[in-house]
Amino acid sequence: MTDPLSPLDRPNSYIGRTVPRPNLERLVEGRGTYVSDMTLPRMGHVVFVRSPYAHARILDIDTTAAKQCAGVIAVVTGAELAEQCSPWVGVLSHLKGLKSAPQHAMAIDRACWQGEAVCAVVAATRAQAEDAAEQVQVQYQELEPVTDMRTALEPHIPLIHPELGDNLAFERSLDAGEVDKAFAEADAVAEAEFVFGRHTGVTLEARAILADWNPGERRLTVYQGTQAPHMMQNIFAKHLALEEAQVRVVCKDVGGSFGIKVHVYADEMATAALSKRLKRPVKFVADRIESFVTDIHARDHVCKGRIAVKQDGTITAFAIDDLTGIGPYSMYPRTSAIEANQVVNLVGGPYQTRNYRARTRVVFQNKNVMCQYRAVGHPIACSVTEGLVDLAARAIGMDPLAIRTKNLILDDAYPTDSPSGLKFEALSHHASLAKLKQMMDYDGLRAEQKRLRQQGIYRGIGIASFIEVTNPSAAFYGVGGARISSQDGVSVRMDATGAIIVQTSLTEQGQGSEALTAQVVASALGVALDKVRVILGDTDNTPYGGGTWASRGAGIGGEAAWQAGKALRMNILKVAGTILQTVPETLDIDQGVVIDKETGRERIGLDEVARITYFRPDTLPADFQAELLVTRHYVPRQYPFAFTNGIQGSWLEVDTETGFITLLNHWCVEDCGTIINPQLVDEQIRGGVVQGLGAALFEHCRYDESGQLTNGTMADYLVPMASEMPDIEVGHVVSPTLESELGAKGAGEAGTAGAAAAVANAVNDALDPFDVTITEIPLTPSVVLKALNQRRS
Amino acid sequence: MGKHVITLMVNGESHRLEIEPRAHLADVLREELALTGTHIGCEHGVCGACTIRVDGAITRACLLLAVQAEGAVIETIEGLSDSGEISDLQDAFRQRNALQCGYCTPAMLITAQELLLHNPTPDRATIRDHISGNYCRCTGYQAIVDAVETVAQARQTAGERS
Repeated sequence: MTDPLSPLDRPNSYIGRTVPRPNLERLVEGRGTYVSDMTLPRMGHVVFVRSPYAHARILDIDTTAAKQCAGVIAVVTGAELAEQCSPWVGVLSHLKGLKSAPQHAMAIDRACWQGEAVCAVVAATRAQAEDAAEQVQVQYQELEPVTDMRTALEPHIPLIHPELGDNLAFERSLDAGEVDKAFAEADAVAEAEFVFGRHTGVTLEARAILADWNPGERRLTVYQGTQAPHMMQNIFAKHLALEEAQVRVVCKDVGGSFGIKVHVYADEMATAALSKRLKRPVKFVADRIESFVTDIHARDHVCKGRIAVKQDGTITAFAIDDLTGIGPYSMYPRTSAIEANQVVNLVGGPYQTRNYRARTRVVFQNKNVMCQYRAVGHPIACSVTEGLVDLAARAIGMDPLAIRTKNLILDDAYPTDSPSGLKFEALSHHASLAKLKQMMDYDGLRAEQKRLRQQGIYRGIGIASFIEVTNPSAAFYGVGGARISSQDGVSVRMDATGAIIVQTSLTEQGQGSEALTAQVVASALGVALDKVRVILGDTDNTPYGGGTWASRGAGIGGEAAWQAGKALRMNILKVAGTILQTVPETLDIDQGVVIDKETGRERIGLDEVARITYFRPDTLPADFQAELLVTRHYVPRQYPFAFTNGIQGSWLEVDTETGFITLLNHWCVEDCGTIINPQLVDEQIRGGVVQGLGAALFEHCRYDESGQLTNGTMADYLVPMASEMPDIEVGHVVSPTLESELGAKGAGEAGTAGAAAAVANAVNDALDPFDVTITEIPLTPSVVLKALNQRRS
Repeated sequence: MGKHVITLMVNGESHRLEIEPRAHLADVLREELALTGTHIGCEHGVCGACTIRVDGAITRACLLLAVQAEGAVIETIEGLSDSGEISDLQDAFRQRNALQCGYCTPAMLITAQELLLHNPTPDRATIRDHISGNYCRCTGYQAIVDAVETVAQARQTAGERS
């Protein structure tokens, strides 16, 4: 039976309603369970001895003194732990040519970045393990480090992995349309080199894992702050020589993730291997300096960009040459080529021109590993594209909004695709731009800007359109051979009191997976939200699925929840129809009561349906079996990705004496399709914007030439705090995906995608009277002053 | 390392503890007393996640050695939740989705409560300034400012009525 009611107009639907998340009481009362909080009987704490050098041969590790220390359970070197844990290589077959070297849980002969673990000390307490770790004597022979990605491919530079032949991990080129012709015939060509500082996620709870190998059960239970429990189940099994069924991954509360906690970290693999070796629970919680030198870093791109434009404002070509350094290994299993690949895919994406040339090169270096962090590649692509568009506008004397209006793909042009082959189902660039213009009072701000300039106050407006990858299908990882599910599953059952229990393969790190699942299931079934309990984050107790990353929760897990809820409703109505001796199709459920669909008359409560099903099945026909547990799965098939779009605006002031930037206002209009919970979407946008603002203004992992991170504390690595952040106004345009019934697309990365681009464009707009263009982030006061002083002198 | 015997008064309960003098209060609260609502983020006083109340003033539990806290009145999120002192703030945070992962939240609530006790009518800039020592990676802060502002106004209204 097809359902004539859409998700939005089911009776008493929770779709599109702001309701508080169901799991918040315990968190506001300090009663959450983060992995950092957990203890188990006989648990040991592991502390890692880490390489102080970016590149060094390990000549000897003397563990004698450490083993004598109080409380020490074991001291284990990389070579010893390799007996428990096999190495891995972070490549995927669809990223053609991507290469990397085998990486071990701990370095064996050679450390390749400052912070790589070389020896593990397990003791009864963390403090004892730290004391003993100081007694481990490691003899290193320093090797020449490769730190500058700009020179990493030059012939005189040493090879980090000689067996690979060079320091080039991955290269991709693309040439679409008639780029040379477009540049030759352009009225103006603008070009710039865009520089992006390396930064990182700085989750407030550091990475944490508690691994418990129970030899009696021959099972490994891993409590981990991870976004992808089933992926981790596979990885632990594969590298610890176990069957997947022997591994259970449990993910309770997680103190922030943002992509940081979706990867396989060597020290976490080492922790699980140590548990297996020592036959007891072992816990690892990174401290802050360990987070800075081992949590994946991101961005760190240098991208040369060119844009061709006609005098009437028509953009006729984009061309980029991108370079990024990823550390000594491609991360496992998602690889470190995805960000660069995304840059190639996404540059120019919002615009009509078919002429696009791109190259990216991904090089190895002796710095911490780089990989996917919130909005993977998007901030690079958006900053380059939108920076170039503004440069083009300036070159021909056109208003920044006007040039975008002239060139953005028209809202009635869909479905369409991009020169890089991206398929767009339905985007809304022009509606979003119109909404942004109205929300920010663009004309009013321009007038204010002009007036203030006469008083020596320099304010700027920055605009950034963007597209966002969401709802990834198997095209993202699965086709390349990674055992990372793009599908999600949801089981819904009604228990003997009529209460609803949902198990989903999504995970929760604060985005609202639990809330959206409960809202969707409650709406599909017709029950009150407080009757629905959601279980997630446990490979033993949820359907198999992907988890929460790449803005996939609402669009993929949400649709699975919708389908499961609908199927259970039909099954409940079959029972009710049998009890009531009526056709199930004439019934519906509203507020937990079976009703006549036509009249709304109440017929029987779900508690009564449940009572009869479980306790008096003898009163039902002999050939009827009630099924009050159903499972449904969903994965997008028609579109490899559900692209969304949006546009951001920034209004800020630059102090030309000090170089300080004050953010005054920030706007974001985005289109994530059907909105399940408006408040949660808005807060995803705001949180994402502020992460982007951090990258724009403050955040930078600063390395010296020898590969030492020089600012690995929260006092030195600046993050956005409340006092320097503006209020952010969020607006929406709604273009549902027609691929699913729910129509939801992702919203988790839109904020981060465009914030830095909007800010950089606003800074350059503010500094227009000085004829200064800055294309480097973070836009620290010294960067601003340097640019101003160069122009002044 | 020699241990010290100290008595800590935490959430109205007296605890006699044998601890190393180097142990900071956040570790002792979490590890000795299982008060895991006090979170640890940086352990050098920057992120604010371990904020508790010591003798009525907010304090970074990671910057205070437990031996220094002997005799002091210590209040953590568990105590403030049980007493109901901040239930309106907790409810406002929940209604406004002023937390995502929740890791900064106990400390953020305690910090907000201190502001409202000393300044019942803060404007948004004052709220932002007061919580600017508490790092939140998830929310972007606006929802937190909204929630604190809402409670300030509600408490004012309730105060005028009584």
